[in-house]
Amino acid sequence: MAMTSSGRATVELKGDREILITREFDAPAALVYRAWTDPELVPRWWTAKRGTMDVCEIDLRVGGAWRYVMTAEGGFEVGFHGEYREIVPGERLVHTEVYEGMPDAAALDTITYEERDGRTLVTMLVTHELPEHRDAHIASGMEHGLQDALDLLEETARSLA
Amino acid sequence: MARAATTTDAFNAIAEPRRREILDLLAGGERPVNDLVGATGLTQPQVSKHLRVLREVGAVTVREQGRQRLYRLVPLALKPIHDWVRDYERLWEERFTELDAVLDDLRAKEEDDGDDE
Repeated sequence: MAMTSSGRATVELKGDREILITREFDAPAALVYRAWTDPELVPRWWTAKRGTMDVCEIDLRVGGAWRYVMTAEGGFEVGFHGEYREIVPGERLVHTEVYEGMPDAAALDTITYEERDGRTLVTMLVTHELPEHRDAHIASGMEHGLQDALDLLEETARSLA
Repeated sequence: MARAATTTDAFNAIAEPRRREILDLLAGGERPVNDLVGATGLTQPQVSKHLRVLREVGAVTVREQGRQRLYRLVPLALKPIHDWVRDYERLWEERFTELDAVLDDLRAKEEDDGDDE
C-alpha cells in the first residue's frame, strides 16, 4: 500500500452561507479528536504560529462553552467563543461559533472525523445564518479587505451588463 | 438586493475548487478549452460548464479564433477574491501542519505507554 503523507487542506464555499474545510490526517480519529478538544493541545496548533493563545477554555459537554483568544503578531487580539450542541467522541462535534469582533453573527460548526485504514478525514462545515456573515467571517483577520474585492467585482459585473 | 445576489453569486463561482484550478491555469495566459480539459483531467462538458459559470460572473472572457474558443482571465477584478480564499486555505493548512506535529507526539507517547505495560 502506498504510504502518503497527510493531505492538503481545501476550502470550499457551498451555497451562499457555508464554508467547507476538509483535510486528511495520518492518524486515527480518536487522536485527531483529542488534539481538537483538549485545552492543553489546541494552543499548539490553532494559532498556526501566527501569535500566542491567551485563552483556551473548553467545557466539553452539551450546553458547555468554549472560548479561544489569540494575540496575533503586531498585538491584534482576536477572540471566538461558542457552545457545544452535539458531542459524539471521535466522530462528530457540533458547536456554535461567534467571532467576538462581530458578536451578532453566530455560525454553526459541524466537524466530522471519519477514520479509514488508520487515517482520518476531517470535514468542518461552517454554516452562517446570513450570506453577509459568511463573507465577513472569511474576511476577518485577512490582510486583503473583502470589501475592496467585492467593490472591484461589482464594477466588473456592471461593466459587463 | 440585486447587489447582494451579484456579489454572492460571483463569490461562489470563483471559490469552487475546480473553477479556481481553471482560473489558475488561465492566469498563465489565454488558452483554448482543449488545453483546460487536458490540464484538469475533467471532461469537455464539465470544463465548459465551469467556464460558462465563470463567464456569467465576469471572471473570464472568450473569443473565437478559427475553430477554437480561447478563454482569458479578467485578472484585476477577481484576483483579490481568489487570493483571499487561498489565504484562508493557507491559514487552515498552517494550523493542520502544526496539528500533524501534535498527532506525531501523541502517537509516540501512546507507543511509550504501550511499552511500559
